[in-house]
Amino acid sequence: MTNPESRIPNPNRIDTRFAHLKANHRAGLIPFITAGDPAPAHTVALMHALVAAGADAIELGVPFSDPMADGPVIQHASERAIANGVGLADVLGWVHAFRERDSDTPVVLMGYLNPVEIHGYERFAQEAAAAGVDGVLLVDCPLEESAVLAPLRAAGLHQILLAAPTTAPERLASLCQAANGFLYYVSFAGITGAASLSVGDIAARVADVRAHAAAPVAVGFGVRDGESARAIAQFADAVVIGSALVDRLAGATTVADVTQRATAFLAPIRAALDRPR
Amino acid sequence: MAEVLDFHAFPDVQGRFGRFGGSYVAETLMAPLAALTEAYLRLRKDPAFIAELDRDLVHYVGRPSPIYFAERLTRHVGGARIVLKREDLNHTGAHKINNTVGQALVARYMGKTRIIAETGAGQHGVASATVAARLGLKCVVYMGATDIERQKINVYRMKMLGAEVVPVTSGSQTLKDALNEAMRDWVTNVADTYYIIGTVAGPHPYPMMVRDFNAIVGREARAQMLAEYGRLPDVLTACVGGGSNAMGLFYEFLNDRDVRIVGAEAGGDGTAPGHHAASLSLGRPGVLHGNRTYVLCDDNGQITETHSVSAGLDYPGVGPEHAFLKDAGRAEYVGVTDEEALAAFHLLAHTEGILPALESSHAVAQAIKLAREYPKDGIVLCNLSGRGDKDVHTIAAREGVRI
Repeated sequence: MTNPESRIPNPNRIDTRFAHLKANHRAGLIPFITAGDPAPAHTVALMHALVAAGADAIELGVPFSDPMADGPVIQHASERAIANGVGLADVLGWVHAFRERDSDTPVVLMGYLNPVEIHGYERFAQEAAAAGVDGVLLVDCPLEESAVLAPLRAAGLHQILLAAPTTAPERLASLCQAANGFLYYVSFAGITGAASLSVGDIAARVADVRAHAAAPVAVGFGVRDGESARAIAQFADAVVIGSALVDRLAGATTVADVTQRATAFLAPIRAALDRPR
Repeated sequence: MAEVLDFHAFPDVQGRFGRFGGSYVAETLMAPLAALTEAYLRLRKDPAFIAELDRDLVHYVGRPSPIYFAERLTRHVGGARIVLKREDLNHTGAHKINNTVGQALVARYMGKTRIIAETGAGQHGVASATVAARLGLKCVVYMGATDIERQKINVYRMKMLGAEVVPVTSGSQTLKDALNEAMRDWVTNVADTYYIIGTVAGPHPYPMMVRDFNAIVGREARAQMLAEYGRLPDVLTACVGGGSNAMGLFYEFLNDRDVRIVGAEAGGDGTAPGHHAASLSLGRPGVLHGNRTYVLCDDNGQITETHSVSAGLDYPGVGPEHAFLKDAGRAEYVGVTDEEALAAFHLLAHTEGILPALESSHAVAQAIKLAREYPKDGIVLCNLSGRGDKDVHTIAAREGVRI
């Protein structure tokens, strides 16, 4: 019933982008924003501004009422977005709109399982793929519970898995084996936006992860500026920055204001990452 | 779903009760949960642990709690005999202590020095603070700011017991948010901290472990029924918020297929979203707080706010084993309104001289309805899960009385 060629999936943008970064010996920069925050009208413009300021991929947070693994900054961003009536359908719509002008930058949706479960896994997979989503990171869906996500994989979406300092060695091996797109290494045991990093400790653990994982490794949790990003980039394929950015954007009222804040925040980090060693 | 042959065969090794339960948590918690599961499965077969728990239940909690024939209530209703399982007579005034005594022992055997807990009505917080004081453990209790306001007496009790009560101002500022915050604390401080979840929800192994520690309620009650009445009851009832007292009563009877089981959920003041906390009667399957279960949420998957006159039932999820029992057709779940619960509160006070907790008043109201369905020689066994002293201010305020 379909043209056989349409069944051959395009390469996932995440894979293409990481291959490109590797070929150019560059560290990836992945900012996180909560969709619909500070205001629903800002999200698409904000995504373009992040790309212009040097983002290699975008993590787009799907607001959830009970973000168990998030610290106050992202909790509040989620609450503001929900108060603005933001739902999964809106988030998919913004990705679709973003794709009108950007067909290359990978977009990973990050959030919790219940909105996807209620939307329906099959329906979500089809709509997300059609909108131009490349990967999905569901914080409360560990590998053991991932059978429900089969429709997402079938639709060509990568399930981004997390590894943490508390992950036992045997488990790490199976996570690394199952990882596609990239493996997101949570740099410390805690919630988003807290604590400071001991770069030496993270370096040792990431070396462990890289020994097992074929997929690239992105490191997040606690990265807040150019210097911490640069330190992490010495041993990681990409750096994720979330709470510090979301905090900087909070309170912006116009598109011009929010995009200017995003650029002012991200551009120096990009410069720090690209500075010759 | 396929017919269930043995209801005591759940959960499986991954913590699943049929399609419910599981471990839906962030990666950071997978290792601590695995360590807890391993420790608990070992301890529950450890003779030294069992002996110590049994001693505590007798000498500290005051078990066994009696079953009590509510004769004047029965006569007033004019139906089957209503028998109450008197968990209200336990130390600290509710069934919650059965679980906290058990988990605090697990914490001590695991070498943890700090206990955290979430609480809604404050009963679980008080029960946690109590066992922490007894074992000399530091205790932090997370409680929604809204609940702190309506349960002042229990907040003060926790403080007197040496616990720190942390107000939670995120989300709806109630039990679900307190649970989120306790989980965040645990993720951050997992090396020295033990999280005592107060109900049969959360990720595996909590639904199993909390059920096991409360299952003494049903074990005693079943033996007491046989000894005193020479038969099992026709029907069991208990209130269901998260569902720990109900699971505690129901579990021992699950394979007694002739015994009907009815859970009473918080029907609040209406069936529209936000007016009740009847997750099983009015919710849908979803994922919340680490397990798949029935939840109250909107079409975007956002958990909706709940309402109940009783803070302890004011929860938008429910233990996964209840979800499983509902789908298996083994238990029925029905809503009891605020008004019905309050009427039952007053009726039990006047006919029996017992002030039930507002949570337990829902079960009493349901027991009254069930008694009318059965002949006079029938028996309704109702779990009187807690006493109502903590609710006196709430009831007075509702009825316009200043005290």
